[in-house]
Amino acid sequence: MIISVASGKGGTGKTTVAVNLALSLSNDADVQLLDCDVEEPNAYIFFNPGAENEEVKPVHRLIPEVDEEHCDYCGKCASACEYNAIVVLPGQLKVMLFPELCNGCGLCSMVCPRDAIREVPHEIGVIRRYRSDSIELIYGVLKIGEVRATPLIDRVKEELRPEKMVIIDSPPGTSCPVIAAVQDSDYCILVTEPTPFGLYDLKLAVEVLKLLKIPSGLVINKAGVGDREVYKYSEAEGIPILLEIPYSEAMARYYSEGMPIVAAMPEWKKRFADMIEEIKLKVKDKAKEK
Amino acid sequence: MVKQLTIVSGKGGTGKTTVVASFASLAANKVIADCDVDAPDLHLLLHPEVMKRTEFKGAKLAEMDKTRCIECGNCASVCRFHAISDTPSGFALNPARCEGCGACVFVCEQEAIRLRERISGYTLVSRTRYGTMVHAQLSIGEEASGKLVTAVRTNARQVAEDEHCELVLIDGSPGIGCPVVASLTGVDLALVVTEPTMSGLYDLTRIINVANHFGIRSMVCINKYDLNESNSRKIADFCHQQGIPVAGRVPYDSIVTEAMVEGVPVVEYSDGAVSKAIRAMWSYIKYTL
Repeated sequence: MIISVASGKGGTGKTTVAVNLALSLSNDADVQLLDCDVEEPNAYIFFNPGAENEEVKPVHRLIPEVDEEHCDYCGKCASACEYNAIVVLPGQLKVMLFPELCNGCGLCSMVCPRDAIREVPHEIGVIRRYRSDSIELIYGVLKIGEVRATPLIDRVKEELRPEKMVIIDSPPGTSCPVIAAVQDSDYCILVTEPTPFGLYDLKLAVEVLKLLKIPSGLVINKAGVGDREVYKYSEAEGIPILLEIPYSEAMARYYSEGMPIVAAMPEWKKRFADMIEEIKLKVKDKAKEK
Repeated sequence: MVKQLTIVSGKGGTGKTTVVASFASLAANKVIADCDVDAPDLHLLLHPEVMKRTEFKGAKLAEMDKTRCIECGNCASVCRFHAISDTPSGFALNPARCEGCGACVFVCEQEAIRLRERISGYTLVSRTRYGTMVHAQLSIGEEASGKLVTAVRTNARQVAEDEHCELVLIDGSPGIGCPVVASLTGVDLALVVTEPTMSGLYDLTRIINVANHFGIRSMVCINKYDLNESNSRKIADFCHQQGIPVAGRVPYDSIVTEAMVEGVPVVEYSDGAVSKAIRAMWSYIKYTL
């Protein structure tokens, strides 16, 4: 089963929920925790693995390389490229490449009539893996200066083993990296806070999940601050509240030190585990409907 | 010369928009640009009245004509974005995954696929009581947020020139990817808002590296600094090593959330320690810009 954790607004507590869920389940199941927030991966902080205990593999995507000996500067590659990542200057007998604009579709090499374009690997980041008892943590780290997160997220998700209990920590926002992270999950937990910002971005995230046809429920973090509008919205839209985590200085402090809630306050372990049981039932009901 | 200041954070939820809204209230003669097009919140504090709405065309989208399709699957085999899949009812396109590259169009011998332009959202030019605000609305499930950020910034620059403004104040998005880079390129200063958590510290180092990579001058604001003073010292030490000024330290106070619920910038809602710290930070930044 694949459960993703997303939010719309950043900093609402996605990683907190994902990490504590994984820890709460680890007695009973083989758990995979995939941190797909490759721009700013933080889940590992709560496991404090130490670099020597991690397996690291570089990830590449393909970018074009032009063999100017075979190129006749016809410009077909440049006119085919939708991203202006390749420019041909026939007068100067020159081809210019802009790798940061290239999305690696491979069309330029397909259209080249002289086979003068080949694709070469370009490193976009790494995937790191760490095993702790029954939890396998896998996370992507996007290389500084690389702007496209989606190809790395896709590669992190290739490590996914659906026969295990899989928890996916999604990036914030509502656009392509989020879609890449949550797609194909059986259920999505939306973490929000009861504030106007939390609610506005939650609504955007709910719309994305509807589009992807992924059932969802809410975790309200920092409950007790802000207002009641998120609760009204949840009732009006029929989106269940799975768990409330109250705002407390103690919890904020544990988080700041990189300590999981369930390690500092073991009574929370059951609450997270119960939430998963509830989600399992919802996913089963959904499967029956189909 | 119009100066450009972008507020970013690396980690989400550290208080970017709270800072930007307060700066909008404190700064004179500026244009405000919300470049967090993925999850924009600044309008909830500045209450823009939309004056102009322009269609934004981002990436194109492949469109299949199933009456011509012979289910050969060539399109799916060349698509690197997993946007075409073999379903029980034949090959089908997932618009949310399509990047509009046109590889499928090229290989389709039946001419059953074409690329069409799609409206990915809107750029908005609005009036607020703090000055003109440029922002955007990205349609649900659309990509190209980097391009949309660039469109917002181009509009904001234009407005700044037309209105003889001295400053473009930009609210960025979390992360280090395309929308963030698009909101940072060519600005005079990046203010990184962070918090004294392990995640905040780690994400700060990444966004500072990004700013350095693109040659952008940066400063740091430690928000909620009193939540964990030992981590705040670690952040200050890191900044010191990097030669990056700490422009401000803002304490934690639930007044920030109260102001948000009221829908006003915190500096207008209270005169407490948070507002004092933000005012002092703005004076410092204004001086160094």
